[in-house]
Amino acid sequence: MKRLAILLAACSLLACHREQRSLVPRAADARRTTPVRVSDLQPGRPQPAVTAMKNPYEGNAWAVSEGQRLYSSYNCAGCHFHGGGGIGPPLMDSEWLYGSTPANIYTSIVEGRPNGMPSFGGHIPEQQVWQLVTYVRALGGLEPSGATQPRAEEMQARRAEEPK
Amino acid sequence: MTLGLPGIQSTLHPAGPQAQRILDLFDVFLIVTTVVFVIVVVLTVAAVVKGRRRREAIGEDTRGMKLAVGTGAVLTIAALITLLVTSVATGRAVGTFGGGNPDQMEIVVTGHQWWWEVTYPDPQASNTVRTANEIHIPTGQPILLRLATRDVIHSLWIPRLHGKRDLIPGRINKIYIQADAPGVFRAQCAEFCGLQHAHMSLVVIAQTPGDFMQWKIHQQAPANDPATPQQAHGRELFLDLPCINCHAVTGTDAYATLGPDLTHVASRKTLAAGTLINNHGNLAGWVSNAAAIKPGAQMPPIPMNGPELQDLLAYLENLK
Repeated sequence: MKRLAILLAACSLLACHREQRSLVPRAADARRTTPVRVSDLQPGRPQPAVTAMKNPYEGNAWAVSEGQRLYSSYNCAGCHFHGGGGIGPPLMDSEWLYGSTPANIYTSIVEGRPNGMPSFGGHIPEQQVWQLVTYVRALGGLEPSGATQPRAEEMQARRAEEPK
Repeated sequence: MTLGLPGIQSTLHPAGPQAQRILDLFDVFLIVTTVVFVIVVVLTVAAVVKGRRRREAIGEDTRGMKLAVGTGAVLTIAALITLLVTSVATGRAVGTFGGGNPDQMEIVVTGHQWWWEVTYPDPQASNTVRTANEIHIPTGQPILLRLATRDVIHSLWIPRLHGKRDLIPGRINKIYIQADAPGVFRAQCAEFCGLQHAHMSLVVIAQTPGDFMQWKIHQQAPANDPATPQQAHGRELFLDLPCINCHAVTGTDAYATLGPDLTHVASRKTLAAGTLINNHGNLAGWVSNAAAIKPGAQMPPIPMNGPELQDLLAYLENLK
């Protein structure tokens, strides 16, 4: 009986587990992040956002027309309509809830956004995401004028304002 | 494979009443224009020879001149009227063929860049058959084809059964075709529709009504379930990968209509709109990178390793 009690006590000692607390962090742990920024508001001095995520199709007219095809194929028009917005926000201006840089739009499509924007990451190939990015930026007049959106069969809302 | 047969896509070998009428019209035109051509050549040669002999007599024989011009005008008008009348008669016969039957069998053919969607509508939606790049028809009866398009203008041309008819965005065109005997006829898009226009063909397979019904009942059945663990893994991959954004397989979560319906893909003779014969190697190449075979094709390459590709193929090849 006594032996059993000692054994149990030893076992319970062994079973004790606490998380490690590293009181002296390594310098690498304090690395600064470079995010895809959604907001211009920053504490202190403004710092750069991610620059590595460049749209490979920036200013590419073919990508705009491919994006237009995919926009209707994947039923983006179901919520955003043909740029004018409805269930989802409009896409034909240059002020965007979650940012209008290619990296912002890429993130919106891949990760999804609250209140209804589905997350397409893993479901559609990356190349197509960038084509969609190029097309919706062209809708908002954010692509260079050489890559204007092609003529559409659907009723097309007209861009409300000129890009800044 | 029957696709290499001579005359499989020839207007000179009609296989139904519509194409026969068009060929008859062609024969009339050929005979009339050949006769006209021979007469013109003979008269021209005669005039040249005669003119050399009697150079000084030109311009004096006005009666002969009037007779010649008058005969020429009458013959020309007669020939043109003959062609006009036969042409209108053929047009009417081809245009009115097959109409007015309330029990008409209908097939919807939808053009896509760059393949053909073929739908057999049924009042009961679950009995609707969707296939691609193959039109199966029963012999001996007029079939109504409703022609639509999902993107640009295409044109359906089955030379052995009918003339061309365009597929226009926003509207439905109709033609009636009929095949008199079982056979395989090649058809081709006849309106330039983009990069892969030349590789946008299909086969029309005319079968006896009994064989056709057998085919249709088979096509109405849902897709085969995987029979082996490899096929089961292939189905998991299919449902997990971006395939289901565009393709449908009945009985699974895949129900998109942008690409060809794959429910019975292994039962088809060709892949990629008549471009490839449907076999293991061609299917592997097509799935791996379609645009390497048809540059511009809209199916994106999906990264997969070798065993995954083989599992996916095993699943697709079981969809008979």
